[in-house]
Amino acid sequence: MPHVVSPTVDRDDEFFWNGVKEGRLLVRRCAGCRRLQHPPSPMCPACGSLEWDVQELSGRGILHSWILSQHPSEPDDMARIVALVELDEGVRLVSNLVGIDVPEVENGLLLEVSFAEVDGIVLPQFRPAGGGA
Amino acid sequence: MPSIKGAAAIVGIGQTEFSKDSGRSELQLCAEAVRAAIEDAGLEPADVDGSVTFTIDPNDELNLMRSVGIREMRWTSRTPFGGGGSSATIEHAAAAVVSGVADVVVVYRAFNERSGRRFGQPMAGPPPPAMNWYLPYGLDTPAKAYSLWFQRYMHRYGVTNEDFGRYSVVARRHAATNPNAWYYERPITLADHQASRWIVEPILRLLDCCQESDGGVALIVTRADRAKDLRRPPVTIQAATQGNTIFGETIFNYYHDDISRFPEAEYTARQLWETAGIGPGDIDVAMIYENFSPVVFYQLEAYGFCGPGEAKDFIADGNIEIGGKLPVNTNGGLLGEGYIHGVNNILEGVRQLRGDAVNQVDGAELVLCSAGRSAVVLGLG
Repeated sequence: MPHVVSPTVDRDDEFFWNGVKEGRLLVRRCAGCRRLQHPPSPMCPACGSLEWDVQELSGRGILHSWILSQHPSEPDDMARIVALVELDEGVRLVSNLVGIDVPEVENGLLLEVSFAEVDGIVLPQFRPAGGGA
Repeated sequence: MPSIKGAAAIVGIGQTEFSKDSGRSELQLCAEAVRAAIEDAGLEPADVDGSVTFTIDPNDELNLMRSVGIREMRWTSRTPFGGGGSSATIEHAAAAVVSGVADVVVVYRAFNERSGRRFGQPMAGPPPPAMNWYLPYGLDTPAKAYSLWFQRYMHRYGVTNEDFGRYSVVARRHAATNPNAWYYERPITLADHQASRWIVEPILRLLDCCQESDGGVALIVTRADRAKDLRRPPVTIQAATQGNTIFGETIFNYYHDDISRFPEAEYTARQLWETAGIGPGDIDVAMIYENFSPVVFYQLEAYGFCGPGEAKDFIADGNIEIGGKLPVNTNGGLLGEGYIHGVNNILEGVRQLRGDAVNQVDGAELVLCSAGRSAVVLGLG
């Protein structure tokens, strides 16, 4: 089990972590012009609105880039694949890629979100789409 | 409108030795470097009336004054973004002296970045909120964070870690003849690079990483007309800028449409060429900030020294070596000389124009010092 540094939730990303607890992948959406913004900002850069709501994402996307995260001199079983996922809604999100062996990983893979408790913290995790359990 | 072009000059440089354990305080390193730069310029501490450093530099301006003997200062500023802002220090200093809010500005950066807090080590919690998007998933070191950017570049252009290794070999070759460098008299081969351990597989090996170092560096900036009367031949600032773009990030730069490119550096390039009235073909030496070797590839392409995806061939063909079309990081860079957060590379740019660099490029008249999101062009006259 990797060691997970717990997020320090603040007013601009509280919605996201509340969504994660409910198994929902949320992104900030401007209530004025409906622009999606990730990472979130307190003001919409397109229309200047301070009013916002959230949109639940499909959780589907493609692998944009990835690395293997592990201790550089003592390879261990805590290695994780860190993924930059481009979601169908056009938002890019950093997460982990699970349910696949490293040699099989390639950019462009179709992915879908799941939620898992990792080291006591619930995190969105992505796995190959349609791969079953 | 007033222009910065040729209106300000670097008239003094100073530094400590670069090491893995300085054995003294960061403030002492700072004071030694600043005092050396003032002496190099032929000035006195009391002549200094302004300072610029990084927001994250540990050395307080008032502590610097009472250590060095600077009596009054009417201008201080600090640049954001860590090493990415290293060339912005020169922009701040030049803007101050050209506008008249200061007369003689010292730029400094000093730290014990190896024997003290190492930037390359994993961040522990609790993270600042902006790290929530990264740290819980394992992006806890700069090497990992940058690699998630670099992987897209490698994928897009078919670049391998061995290609990165060819830069690493050149950096150590330049360092091997530089007594200030950690890799002095220790050139490496591509085989050595490929045998070094993975830091982030399959992106970065150990020899792709900069040399965490202890040390201090400083430069003195004043108006070009005043510079003529000082001890050293002035090195003029031909252009200086920052390259901040919307939706950009410093370490986690994942949100631009095309992350196989470096829009910040493309923006600095456009501004530099326009201000200085030159193009990439006019540059004689390029000092390019490289915490990790792939950053050189992105910047060679952003400045138009070669086309997108062509950096691996540009490097393999020998262009960035002494005697090549565009010698790069002639001191060994941050990989070979040491990591004084990029400012040591600007000192090397000054030495190249003075003509007293250890790996001197014959007839160097224009030097680019780029940290990607900030950059300057230095020249003569």
